[in-house]
Amino acid sequence: MMIPLADLVTILPELIVVSVACLLLALDPITPSNRKDLLAWMSVAALAVCFIVTAGSMGDRVYAFSDLVVVDGYASFWKLLLYVVSGMTILLSIGYLKEERIDLAEFYGFVLLSLTGMMIMVSGADLLVIYLGIELMSISLYVLAGFKRFEARSIESSAKYFILGAFSSGLLLYGISLIFGAAGSTRLVEIAAAVDARGLDDSLILIALMLVIVGFGFKVAAVPFHMWTPDVYQGAPTSVTAFMAVASKAASFGAFLRVMLEGFGGMKPNWSGLILGVCILTLILGNLVAIVQTNVKRMLAYSSIAHAGYALIGLVVAGWAGTGVSAKGVSSMMLYLAVYSFMTLGAFSMVAILRRGANEGEDLDDFTGLAKRHKGAAFLMLLFMVSLAGIPPTAGFIGKFYLFMAAVNAGLTWLAVVGLIFAAVSAFYYLRIVMVMYMREPSPDQEGETRLALSPTATVVLALAAAGVVIFGIYPWPLVSLTASAALP
Amino acid sequence: MSVPVEYYMVLSGLVFVIGLVGVLVRKNLIIILLSIELMLNATNINFVAFSSHFGNLAGQVFVFFALTVAAAEVAVGLAIIIALYRHHASINVDDFRLLKW
Repeated sequence: MMIPLADLVTILPELIVVSVACLLLALDPITPSNRKDLLAWMSVAALAVCFIVTAGSMGDRVYAFSDLVVVDGYASFWKLLLYVVSGMTILLSIGYLKEERIDLAEFYGFVLLSLTGMMIMVSGADLLVIYLGIELMSISLYVLAGFKRFEARSIESSAKYFILGAFSSGLLLYGISLIFGAAGSTRLVEIAAAVDARGLDDSLILIALMLVIVGFGFKVAAVPFHMWTPDVYQGAPTSVTAFMAVASKAASFGAFLRVMLEGFGGMKPNWSGLILGVCILTLILGNLVAIVQTNVKRMLAYSSIAHAGYALIGLVVAGWAGTGVSAKGVSSMMLYLAVYSFMTLGAFSMVAILRRGANEGEDLDDFTGLAKRHKGAAFLMLLFMVSLAGIPPTAGFIGKFYLFMAAVNAGLTWLAVVGLIFAAVSAFYYLRIVMVMYMREPSPDQEGETRLALSPTATVVLALAAAGVVIFGIYPWPLVSLTASAALP
Repeated sequence: MSVPVEYYMVLSGLVFVIGLVGVLVRKNLIIILLSIELMLNATNINFVAFSSHFGNLAGQVFVFFALTVAAAEVAVGLAIIIALYRHHASINVDDFRLLKW
């Protein structure tokens, strides 16, 4: 049997990423340890090639492999974002892995494998393909979370991630099997047809819908399916945490939205209320629990839960409103996650390069008086915190502005007000870091203990993240028009 | 005379719930892993039953994928459990308190 060439060309970026990943795994043992950087640069180069390929074919909607895979503007948008995020993670890791003495090129191989899973997720037009993408992403991330295998905390976080991740995939897969029973197929188009024909009368579809929402709820870390997030984010190596918080969240949202709109689009009134409840719970719990955290990584984990709550506003709008406004919900969510990627990656990069002795400086105390010793680093952290809190003129403000506008347009003004209130609550714990950095005097023993492990590549990552936060904050139109044109109708 | 598809659905539902409850109440990581496998196998029963009900072979193909993924997952999962055992000399979830749940 021959696979048509046109199909292979459609998934060219996936093929490039997965073959480079396998090549890295093969080359790792035979590369001398002073040459490992080359392998990292090879993966960055592969991502650059993929970026050009995807950006070049942006816009047209192509189906491949008998409608199992779809490449459209929506999928391409997520892929471009994922390339940038993965590239930044790899650049950050070059210095970080040396600092942690886990300098294995396997790391980059697993990042690329996980990226392949994410790319398959966002361009799957069939629930089975989306499931396979989710599993490839998750299994690679379980390994990455336990990459510091001599450290009990890292392994423990990996085990927790594995148990809850496998559990949630089990729920999702059971939901998919019920959909197969109801629709006779797992293609999103045929599910949509079955939903339109029978919808509420078919209890199988309802149960399956619930299971799918729970399964994706785990992946995007929405309350009440968030329990794993703080533990896993705190225990995993920081560059992996950044990757999980940004890339896996963006890809899961991308796939979630496509399944809900293209598969279950006929049941919008049924699920939008449910998602609304999840969204409000996520906003409340994520923001309130973040206030009491003293570990910055754990605080950022709760903050990432809270940001999932904001992004869910976009999904609620997409389900709640009529056609015109619905697309606004989708595009504002895409915009929000793009902006969120830059600021969260920036914040985690700061945690990764701040060292306390041989360990990471991840406690709030380690940031004490940072402004007195490292003016530039403190200013960058200030920038990311201000952006995460959503204060103008940073990109975080633009992201929240478009989300809340979409909610108001959909007639959900009160939801926008709730979002605003919790944005104000979140300013408390973000600005506390700023306060600690600028207002407190560093204690004498801290002068010697905490330092910045700034490698040239980490500097590039910080500069990129800061540039993203500032440029999209002042001049967001390119990103706004890109998300508007790439949004699902 | 074939067995009606509803019977298979009841069976798979039961197996799934047994797995679900196992994950939630058991404390031994290996048992939890087995319970997750039960959940995945319940799915496979569903796929095969629907496949024969519709006369649609796609369902059986899904089972191959599901089995492969489950095998990959178990391989990684057992490796993680072994690494964990080296640190804690235990695979009871109550012993893992470095990170608060």
